Amino acid sequence: MSKLLEIENLKAYFYVKAGTVKAVDGISLELEKGSKLGIVGESGSGKTTMALAILRMIRPPGTIQGKVSLDGVDLVTLSGEEMRKTRLSQIAMIPQGAMNCLNPVMRVKDQILEGLIDHGVRMSKSDSKERVRALLETVDLNAHVADMYPHELSGGMKQRVTVAIAIAMRPKLVIADEPTSALDVVIQRQVMDTITRLQKELGVSMVLIGHDMGLMAQSVDRLAVMYAGHLAEVADIREMFAEPLHPYTKLLISSLPVLGKRGVFLGIPGVPPSVINPPPGCPFYVRCPSRIENFCNIEAPKYQEIKPHHFVACYLYEPSARVKEGGKK
Amino acid sequence: MTPLMELRHVYKVFGGKLGSPKANVALDDMSFAVEEDYPNIITIAGESGSGKTTMLMLLLGFYEPSLGEVDFRGKNIYKLNKDEQIDFRRNVQAVFQDPFAVYNPYYKVDNLLSIPIKNFKLASSKDEAYRMMSEALTKVGLRPEETLGRFPHQLSGGQRQRIAVARALILHPKLLVADEPVSMVDASLRATLLKQIRELNRDLKIPVLYITHDLTTAYHVSDYIMVLYHGSVMEAGDVEKIISSPKHPYTQLLVNSIPWPDPNHPWGEAVEATRRVVTGNQGCKFLSRCPHAFELCSASVPPLYQIGNGESVARCFLYRSSGVLEQEKLSSLFPARE
Repeated sequence: MSKLLEIENLKAYFYVKAGTVKAVDGISLELEKGSKLGIVGESGSGKTTMALAILRMIRPPGTIQGKVSLDGVDLVTLSGEEMRKTRLSQIAMIPQGAMNCLNPVMRVKDQILEGLIDHGVRMSKSDSKERVRALLETVDLNAHVADMYPHELSGGMKQRVTVAIAIAMRPKLVIADEPTSALDVVIQRQVMDTITRLQKELGVSMVLIGHDMGLMAQSVDRLAVMYAGHLAEVADIREMFAEPLHPYTKLLISSLPVLGKRGVFLGIPGVPPSVINPPPGCPFYVRCPSRIENFCNIEAPKYQEIKPHHFVACYLYEPSARVKEGGKK
Repeated sequence: MTPLMELRHVYKVFGGKLGSPKANVALDDMSFAVEEDYPNIITIAGESGSGKTTMLMLLLGFYEPSLGEVDFRGKNIYKLNKDEQIDFRRNVQAVFQDPFAVYNPYYKVDNLLSIPIKNFKLASSKDEAYRMMSEALTKVGLRPEETLGRFPHQLSGGQRQRIAVARALILHPKLLVADEPVSMVDASLRATLLKQIRELNRDLKIPVLYITHDLTTAYHVSDYIMVLYHGSVMEAGDVEKIISSPKHPYTQLLVNSIPWPDPNHPWGEAVEATRRVVTGNQGCKFLSRCPHAFELCSASVPPLYQIGNGESVARCFLYRSSGVLEQEKLSSLFPARE
């Protein structure tokens, strides 16, 4: 399979009074065509900022550095106008909180058509009506929703409308930022089923951002774990759950409630470091149970492929560090 | 023995009078009791609109029931005298969902802890008050010197939520009601917070009502569960049994929709009938979504039928061959655990 999205050393820094906020600090990722990648992390770990950086929607005082290539085109070097055309037609985003991202004074059909018209799609009235109907149908909504206003829809229906808008121009990549975080479990499952079905049918690639490991386990092929602006680990979903390598991922997975394991509570003590002028070294150093004292906190570990398709940023898997540890003992 | 708190045939409607067609019934003939010496964690689970928060508001006396009675130690909470009222406020404590909204951003977090000490006259001196505050914070795993004297925005959501738990503890309550305490807390801190709630429940031997929509944490932390749907109990009993083998079609739908964090445990078959339009429904509330509905379901409201040896109940006619449990006796399903 070929690569659709290649991110190389992507950085999103915000220069503010208090210092430099390194929200996304040197991330490299690849996404294969037609696959689903999940990005998990705690709040403030930079998941959403990374998505916005891919779409180049970071505004000053924020800056983007690095390379983001979509199907061979480097998005970071595109002109503003070219980038504007790329959004929606090539990369679309399903934003967080469908409750608040639809325009309350516009009918659903106008909101769906707005993007199309803006991207130069010209349609007759009957064509546009048909297009809206078809789009609503693909997200399992009734055609009469087209003439409704957002307040007339339930949370799940609103979220489906945002999905319809995202896929309106058949983009190559859809970035879904916590698309179901405000929905009940039953509705969440139904919306996810729709998104997964569309992803397969249309052959688009998907990046699913979230904090719910359960949802990830059910929906994605590959999982990236972010921590304080860095990638801790990236692996196929089954491998990640069966054999996590990074100490953070290990703790995170063992803290999850699974069926048949009641009353066991393993949390991760401590809090993530501040991303404003972060300390040098591994971002997980302070909370890490297997840290190498006075070593891991000097320079950040390299993010590298330890096993086929399994990337980790941790000194435990670097031979040079192991020598160092052995020498210390 | 008189239970600590009891809801007796409580109805709560919004947007109209009871019985009017416009009115939205949030809680429908709810009877439920919490026994004082049964240190169980009971989950009240349901989707949005199921009435779980309404139940909490009624228990705390923030809403007045449209019909029925809320009792504290056998006495209607709206007919308590002043001393009893103070006793009630002190003994029934809550932890709310949003760790951001419970703080006044202009005050230091100490305020949240010192106000109850002052109001209930728990300490005779400033030093004693400080000692109580530090003790409570230590109990929930916070370092007092790093917490006191700070403003809410300087603390993380998990820390703030733990301070809220500490606040409830200072008062040595007889009942703790936790409304989605972990839904806005990050995964890595969630387990720690739940563990603390569980430890407090075990160490101080106080019953906890854990209100949530998240069945995975409910399964993890609680002893018993009550599943609500549109203001009625649909299924209740031992949490392990209900999550591993749900009987009511609604609970089955819920349980099968849980995204278990395990790629080898995929979503179950979600059996939900395409929503039918049911007008003037006199029967089961789940009728419009139920895949097993038959004639009887639209004719009358099913009672709570006993499942197995009567250790759990389901409000569904599929189990009509079993015995019926009166709603008032619901708490008999939640005997004290060791």
